[in-house]
Amino acid sequence: MSKTERDAAKARTAKARAGKARAVKEPVTEMPVTEMPVEETPAAGGPVATALVAEAPLAQAPASGTVAPDVPAAGAGRESDGQRAGRLSVRKTYKLYIGGAFPRSESGRSYVVTSSTGGFLANASKASRKDARDAVSAARKAFAGWSGATPYNRGQILYRIAEMLESRRAQFAAELADAGTERAGEAVDAAIDRLVWYAGWSDKISAVAGSANPVAGPYFNISAPEPTGVVAVVAPDDPLLGLVSVVAPVIVTGNTCVVVASERAPLPSITLAEVLATSDLPGGVVNILTGSVKEIAPWLAAHMDVNAIDLTGVADEDLAVTCEQAAAENLKRVLRPSAPDWSADPGTRRMTAFLETKTVWHPTGL
Amino acid sequence: MFEYAPAPESRDVVDIKPSYGLFIDGEFTDGAGTPFKTVNPATEEVLAEVATASQADVDRAVRAARKAFGAWSALPGSERAKYLFRIARIVQERSRELAVLETLDNGKPIREARDVDLPLVAAHFFYYAGWADKLGYAGYGPDPRPLGVAGQVIPWNFPLLMLAWKIAPALACGNTVVLKPAETTPLTALLFAEICRQAELPPGVVNIVTGAGETGAAVVNHPDVNKVAFTGSTEVGRIIARSVAGSAKKVTLELGGKAANIIFEDAAIDQAVEGIVNGIFFNQGHVCCAGSRLLVQESIAGDLMEALKRRLSMLRLGDPMDKNTDIGAINSAEQLARVRELSDIGEAEGAERWSPACALPERGFWFPPTIFSGVAQSHRIARDEVFGPVLAVLTFRTPAEAVEKANNTAYGLSAGVWTEKGSRILWMADRLRAGVVWANTFNKFDPASPFGGYKESGYGREGGRHGLEAYLDV
Repeated sequence: MSKTERDAAKARTAKARAGKARAVKEPVTEMPVTEMPVEETPAAGGPVATALVAEAPLAQAPASGTVAPDVPAAGAGRESDGQRAGRLSVRKTYKLYIGGAFPRSESGRSYVVTSSTGGFLANASKASRKDARDAVSAARKAFAGWSGATPYNRGQILYRIAEMLESRRAQFAAELADAGTERAGEAVDAAIDRLVWYAGWSDKISAVAGSANPVAGPYFNISAPEPTGVVAVVAPDDPLLGLVSVVAPVIVTGNTCVVVASERAPLPSITLAEVLATSDLPGGVVNILTGSVKEIAPWLAAHMDVNAIDLTGVADEDLAVTCEQAAAENLKRVLRPSAPDWSADPGTRRMTAFLETKTVWHPTGL
Repeated sequence: MFEYAPAPESRDVVDIKPSYGLFIDGEFTDGAGTPFKTVNPATEEVLAEVATASQADVDRAVRAARKAFGAWSALPGSERAKYLFRIARIVQERSRELAVLETLDNGKPIREARDVDLPLVAAHFFYYAGWADKLGYAGYGPDPRPLGVAGQVIPWNFPLLMLAWKIAPALACGNTVVLKPAETTPLTALLFAEICRQAELPPGVVNIVTGAGETGAAVVNHPDVNKVAFTGSTEVGRIIARSVAGSAKKVTLELGGKAANIIFEDAAIDQAVEGIVNGIFFNQGHVCCAGSRLLVQESIAGDLMEALKRRLSMLRLGDPMDKNTDIGAINSAEQLARVRELSDIGEAEGAERWSPACALPERGFWFPPTIFSGVAQSHRIARDEVFGPVLAVLTFRTPAEAVEKANNTAYGLSAGVWTEKGSRILWMADRLRAGVVWANTFNKFDPASPFGGYKESGYGREGGRHGLEAYLDV
C-alpha cells in the first residue's frame, strides 16, 4: 500500500468514526458563530470595507463529513488537479481570515506558494500592516465574549474544531503532502489529538495554576489565572501540527489571537480557518494572516493593543530580537523563539505563558 | 483634634557608620565609583557615605555569585531552608534596629516600618524557607532546577521588604544573587549583608552592590546573569525589557500602577474611608499598588468626600520617628519635585485641589495629603503615576461604567472594590484587569499571596507558589 493509499484508507475509517460521533446529541448549546458585521470594521473606509467582504458565506462552508475523503473539495491548484475525468477542477482562492470573514489583503497583494517540489499551488494573500491592524481590532473585539464564555463552552468548541478537522482529514493530508510534510496523515491525526488534549484543559487549568492562599490574617484570598488578552502568534513552519500546537493553548484559556501563518506553507492555515469558521468559534477569536513574517511580525510586536507575542515561528534571530525590543514598548509578554518537538507532550507552558494571575482578597468576619 | 505629646522612637538602637562599602563574596569592599551620600529625607541630614559599584565591581559580584552557585544549588533544599530560617529569625531579633534604620533612610513613619515592613520581611523569609525543600511539590516537575545568578534591582519605597521579596525566593530555589538597592535607601540592604554574615550564609550567595542607575544597568545587562528581577517604574521596566531582548535571561518586572479604588453607594462608608486613606496615604503614597484613583458612585459622592476630608484633617504629618505620625517625608527632593509638578498640572488642567490645614516641617521633603476632585479621565493626574500622597477623584453611575473607567489605564496592578453586595464584588473582580483586587480592604500583603500586574504594570508574580516560577528553570 502506498502512502497516499494508506492515508486515504485511514480517512475513510475516520469518516465512519466522525459519522457515528455526529449522532451523539450535544447536551449544551454551543456558542453561535458571531459574524463580524462588515460595517463595523474598525477604521473602515474605502478599500478596506470592500476587502473584508467574505465572498463565500460562512454558512455555506462544507458541513462535516460531506467532503469525500479522497477528493479535496475545494482543491488548490495542486499538481494532480484538473486531470480527473477530463473535468477542470474549481480552484480555491486562499484569502486571509479576519473577524470570522475571509477577506483578501487590503493591499491587493499576493504571493506564489509552491509545493515542496516547486510546482505552483496558489497565490496566497500577502497581508499588510493594515490587515494586521484589522486583525488586532477583530481580536480585541472578540476578547470580552470569548474570555467571558464558560470554560466548559470553550472546551466544547475546541473539541468541535477537532471534530471538524477529523472530517476533513484527507483534505489536510493532501495539502500537507503538497507542502512537503512527511507522513502527512499522521500529522493530521496528531493535530486532531492535540486539539482534543487542549480542549480538556479549559476547565482544569485554573485548578492547576490557581491557589487558595493561607494568608496570616482574617482574609479570604484566592488566586486564579486569567487570559492575558490579545496574543500575536508567529506560527512555526510545521503547517498544521505546529500551527495547532501554538494556537490551541492560546485560545483555550480565553485569549484571542492574530496568527502569522508559516510563510513557506500557508495554505493549510487558511484551510484550518475554514474548519474554525464551522466550529462555533466566534469570529475574531483566531485571525490568520499569510504573507511575509519579516514584514508583519514587527507591526504586531509594536502594536499597542496586543498584550503578548509568541515568537515561536521566528527563525531569523535578528528579527526575533527586533520583535522582542518592539514588544517592550507596552511590556508585552514574550514567548521567545524555539524549535520544539511537536510530537512531544506539550505540558502547560504554552498556556501559562499567556495567563495572568489575579489575586482577590476579602475580609472574613461577621 | 487631640494634642498628642511627642512619642519619639530612639535612634540609638542603630549604629550608622560614616561610610559603607559593597558586599561582595561575603566581604565589605570598596567600590571604584564615586561614593554618594544618603540623607534622611525628614531632616536632609547626611546619614552616611556609600560606595558606588563600577562595572568592574559588578563583574566581581557576578563572579562571586557564579562561583557560589555550584555549591549553593547543590545543597539539599533542607539545608538552604535552614539558612533562610536563620535569616528570618535574625531579622526578627534585630527588627527594631532595622525599622529605625529604614525610617531614617526612607522617611516613612516608624509605625509603618515597625508594624508593616519588618513583620512582612521576616514572614517572607520564613515562608520561602519552607519551600526550599518542597520544590518538587510546587507543580513545576519533580526536581525543578534554579536558573543561576539572579540580578535584582529594587526601589526605595519599601527598601528591605523589596529585598526580601527578591532574595528569599531566589535563594530558596537555589539561585545566588547580586542585588542593587535604590541609591536613596541603601542602608537596610547593607545591614542585611551583616545579617547574612551572622547567619553564616556561604560567601557569594548574596552580594549587594550600591550605586545609581548605571550600576543597576550593569547588573541587568551583565552577560553572566541568568535572571533579572526588577521593581520600579514602568519607564525603566521598558528599558530593561528592551535590553534583555534576544538574551536567554528570564525576566520579571513589577512596575507602576494607577489603581482604581471603587466605592459603591451601599459600601460601609466609615470602613471605605479608612480604606481610601490606607490606599493612597499609606507610605506617603509611595506604593506601586496605591489606590490613587478614587471612583465614587455619584449618589454618595458628596457625603463620602465630606467624610474623607474630615478624616484627612485628623492625619498627623511630621517626624517619621514619632510613633504617632501617620504621614512621613517624601523620599527625596527629586520625588518631591515630581509630586509637585504633577499636582500643579492637575490644577492647571482644571481639577479642584484640596489639602487639610497642615503645617509642614521647615527642613526635609514634605508634601501634604492632597485630593483632586472634578477630575476627568484625560487629566494627567488620572493617568500618570504620581507616587505620592495625591488622590484623584472621579465619579460613576453604573457598575459597568466603574469597570470601564477602572480599566481605562495602561496599568493593571491592583484595584479596590467597596460594596456590601457579594455578587457585585465577584462580578467586579472578574472584570477588573488587575493582578490584585482588594474587596472591602486595601493594601494588604502576605508572603503566601501572589502579587504582580497586568498590562504595563509588568509581568511575573512575587509571593506564594507562583513566586517560585520566576526563579526556576521552568
